Amino acid sequence: MSDLTAPLPSLAARVRPLDAGETVVGVHFFKSVPVFVLGEEALLFAPRDEETSRIAVHGGGILASASDGARIVSGGDDGKLIETGTDGTHRELAADDKRRWIDQVALAPDGSVAWSAGKIAHVLTKKGEDRTFEAPSTVAGLAFAPKGLRLAIAHYNGVTLWFPNAPGTAPQRFEWKGSHLSVTFSPDGRFIVTTMQEPTLHGWRITDGQHMRMSGYSARVRSLSWSAGGDFLATSGSEQLILWPFDGKNGPMGRQPEMLARGEARVAVVACHPSQPVAALGTADGAVLLVRIDSGALIEVRAADGTSVSALGWDAIGQTLAFGMESGAAGVLVF
Amino acid sequence: MTTPETHDKIPVTVLTGYLGAGKTTLLNRILSEPHGKKFAVIVNEFGEVGIDNELVVNADEEVFEMNNGCICCTVRGDLVRIIDGLMRRKGKFDAIIVETTGLADPAPVAQTFFMDEQVGARTKLDAVVTVADALWLKDRLKDAPEAKNQIAFADVILINKTDLVEPDALRELEARIRALNPYARLHRTERAKIALDEVLGRNAFDLDRILDIEPAFLETDEHDHDHDHHHDHSHHHHGAHDHHHGGGLKHYHDEEMQSVSLRTDKPLNPDKFFPWVQDLVAVEGPNILRCKGILSFKDDPERFVFQGVHMILDGDHQRAWGADEKRESRVVFIGRNLPEEKIRQGFESCMA
Repeated sequence: MSDLTAPLPSLAARVRPLDAGETVVGVHFFKSVPVFVLGEEALLFAPRDEETSRIAVHGGGILASASDGARIVSGGDDGKLIETGTDGTHRELAADDKRRWIDQVALAPDGSVAWSAGKIAHVLTKKGEDRTFEAPSTVAGLAFAPKGLRLAIAHYNGVTLWFPNAPGTAPQRFEWKGSHLSVTFSPDGRFIVTTMQEPTLHGWRITDGQHMRMSGYSARVRSLSWSAGGDFLATSGSEQLILWPFDGKNGPMGRQPEMLARGEARVAVVACHPSQPVAALGTADGAVLLVRIDSGALIEVRAADGTSVSALGWDAIGQTLAFGMESGAAGVLVF
Repeated sequence: MTTPETHDKIPVTVLTGYLGAGKTTLLNRILSEPHGKKFAVIVNEFGEVGIDNELVVNADEEVFEMNNGCICCTVRGDLVRIIDGLMRRKGKFDAIIVETTGLADPAPVAQTFFMDEQVGARTKLDAVVTVADALWLKDRLKDAPEAKNQIAFADVILINKTDLVEPDALRELEARIRALNPYARLHRTERAKIALDEVLGRNAFDLDRILDIEPAFLETDEHDHDHDHHHDHSHHHHGAHDHHHGGGLKHYHDEEMQSVSLRTDKPLNPDKFFPWVQDLVAVEGPNILRCKGILSFKDDPERFVFQGVHMILDGDHQRAWGADEKRESRVVFIGRNLPEEKIRQGFESCMA
């Protein structure tokens, strides 16, 4: 264990500070250019050595966003689904007919887009067809499988796996009592994991529906990230970084999680490096840290100042880290 | 655990009331008054009338059980999600109003603010305001358990459409309401006309305000079984809404829903009281809708106050007892089929 009383090595002096002007709710990358998703209306492009540019894409709050590196797709409380390209041009992909909130968005490997409003999940296929599925309760999370067109839909009392391109195939239901919020597939496609209203995760092995309960958190888990290669699922929700092992055949069943970077404040957001065994984490009191998953060694990227980190992300090659704060501050670190 | 100061939190007012009682009238009145405040309004999907407000969100009223289905741990999943989303637009509104359907149970709404940490860190429940139909409430109390729930749970009750009933019938209705809920503030209204500070900014769930907002809190009534306190028929309570004239008030006892009021001037032993009250809400929590209390502990210079919703209890030392203040402990439980004698005996056994 590292000595927590000694000052951490720090990269804070190399961070480019930015003022996003309002709460940052997400961050994506177009190559090495960070694009911050703001709580209200806009995306903020932050190209290196240039002024930032703010592009209004929604007529209200932005509730969800996803990116495949070529576009950002966002849903808003204006009931619109907007696609924004690398040059900032944007267009409406879909709109809810009752102008309900579009609060879940996911992108498929083949370019299909999933979104939801209320109980209805939509998949907009590459060919432009709109397929819909009605969940038993409000859709709380969407995630595409890493291969094939399979959509996991989280809802009250479980997850439904839906095959939008195979209308004859019955959706597969994974049940567990309680309110499931976000959902994610393991990168190898063998497991699905949900965050729940309670401070716990629930998982299933897809082949046999075997349950996995991952608990012990001090708060609702709001951020999940798979480590490079999918060996670990890194999570927020505790005063340390919790990493559940998914390297074996049985996933985390019967195993203890790794617990790293123990601190005073709760971890609010996590983002694993795309190729190295390194995780970035942001805390509820404003610190951003890098943690080596193999040794637990820590490097400070931002010192705590009391306001929560709310967004964190790496570019695809792992050379740039960007973070945003609830206060509207933001920063970019180029390695 | 650190939570922001109370004054940073966005206050949330919950409007309940049976179908047609006048909830939407009250809501539109709140929104249209020239108060300069901006509201985010969460309405149920089947809202009857249009709401004239910039920020209106439709809710599905999804009641979710947590922790393996304990009734006391139900929350409104839609509220968790909507408040999360609204907080992204912080600064666009000063307060939130949640209008429920006529059939809604207020408890999961209230519990959402205590059970969900994120919601509780950013918003605070201000009060549950129930609009009752002066003409029809009496019937609804007989045939609609939801209506009874809404009255028993309320912090503020508007008896609306008073122009449609005779004064005697109104007094009778008030007595029926009092039998269910002895501490809510009662107001008589026509077309839901009321000063907004009577329904907003009540801080009804704030421990510090337990007494301030309810000058009549636990004043004894003719139904009081407490033998430490002599019967007092010259009621000196209810401020501007004194309706107990002449001592001729009939007493109503609801078969199902009652309140149990306890009081003593003997100091309590905290080592006996806390285990007792925690055990009581653990066992009777599903039946206890609300509870409140002010406690005088032995050798403790400060008043202890607490309040609760079903199994969730919240309590703290409030302030020092005044030199001339009568040191008295007062507790009320409102609920369904409460074992009154057992509760009284349990309370008695907590004396120091």
